Amino acid sequence: MGVDLQRDVALTAPQAVKQNVLGDNIITTSLDKIVNWSRSRSMWPMTFGLACCAIEMMAAGAARYDLDRFGILFRASPRQADLIIIAGTVTYKMLPVIHTVYEQMPEPKYVIAMGACASSGGVFDTYSVVQGIDTALPVDVYIPGCPPRPEGLIYALIQLQEKIMREKNSFGAAIGVGEVVSG
Amino acid sequence: MSQAVVAKLKQEYPAAVVDVVEHRGETTVTVQKEDIVAVCTYLKNEAGYNFLCDLCGVDYLGIEPRFMVVYNLYNIATKERLRVKAAVAEQSCCIDTVSGVWATANWHERECWDMFGIRFNNHPDLRRILMPADWVGHPLRKDYPLQGPDRQPYQGRLS
Repeated sequence: MGVDLQRDVALTAPQAVKQNVLGDNIITTSLDKIVNWSRSRSMWPMTFGLACCAIEMMAAGAARYDLDRFGILFRASPRQADLIIIAGTVTYKMLPVIHTVYEQMPEPKYVIAMGACASSGGVFDTYSVVQGIDTALPVDVYIPGCPPRPEGLIYALIQLQEKIMREKNSFGAAIGVGEVVSG
Repeated sequence: MSQAVVAKLKQEYPAAVVDVVEHRGETTVTVQKEDIVAVCTYLKNEAGYNFLCDLCGVDYLGIEPRFMVVYNLYNIATKERLRVKAAVAEQSCCIDTVSGVWATANWHERECWDMFGIRFNNHPDLRRILMPADWVGHPLRKDYPLQGPDRQPYQGRLS
């Protein structure tokens, strides 16, 4: 852990390690940054797929694209998940299920709308399909495509990592002082 | 073989059979909706049509009677198929259930009720099956707006 942490923190806080007066085993950083770093480097998505986008999501998680190397491990319980990837067409019949799963996730939690259907309803402009999951959940990152390739999903996950790294007061919010200010 | 079955059916229920159509090797029998359970029971027990492949509704908007309930039957032993249809008017939008004949008709009839609003008398559990339980309307009817009743209809692309 020490090596990775030093490199990652060095990217965000170069002046902290530049002097190196404290030796090799001491790192100076801010508490917000270390909270953001640990959150963004272990985003655990909910194992939840709705349509063909979920196939691409599975491909992204499997050996060739290997989301594990980003610290992204799919969790089978919403209680252990930080992130829900809405991968596919959302119908009104499915919407209560998504609400239940989202509410069972602990804070902080993030939402990615994967593909045209989740972002806008896509080609399914009909009575039974929700015209974009942002009518129900707060979406952090939208991915275009029908379906997006695994590269698209990985790009969105990195965008979300960078968004988490920009958050302010994440340590304060974790100990009950104030709210997180999103970046 | 279908012709023989239809001939026997006509003999057995002369008042029930309205029309018989033979087209490209497919036989379609239209019957009175009051006799549907009797006809289906006969076809299952006497003619061997032991499998109900599908039961669906059709909306002929603008034509009276408006709806048609279609039963696609299959005889697993002889590999024969038969289609039975019964017309249902919009004013009395109901027909007797055949879930007592083929158990699979239970869910098919729930779908038909959900999508077309055709009631099935004596059905054991007539609830919606595809749409949410609190949905209003029957979406597969021809006069149901595609994008839902609360949306402006599609006007073509704006660009």
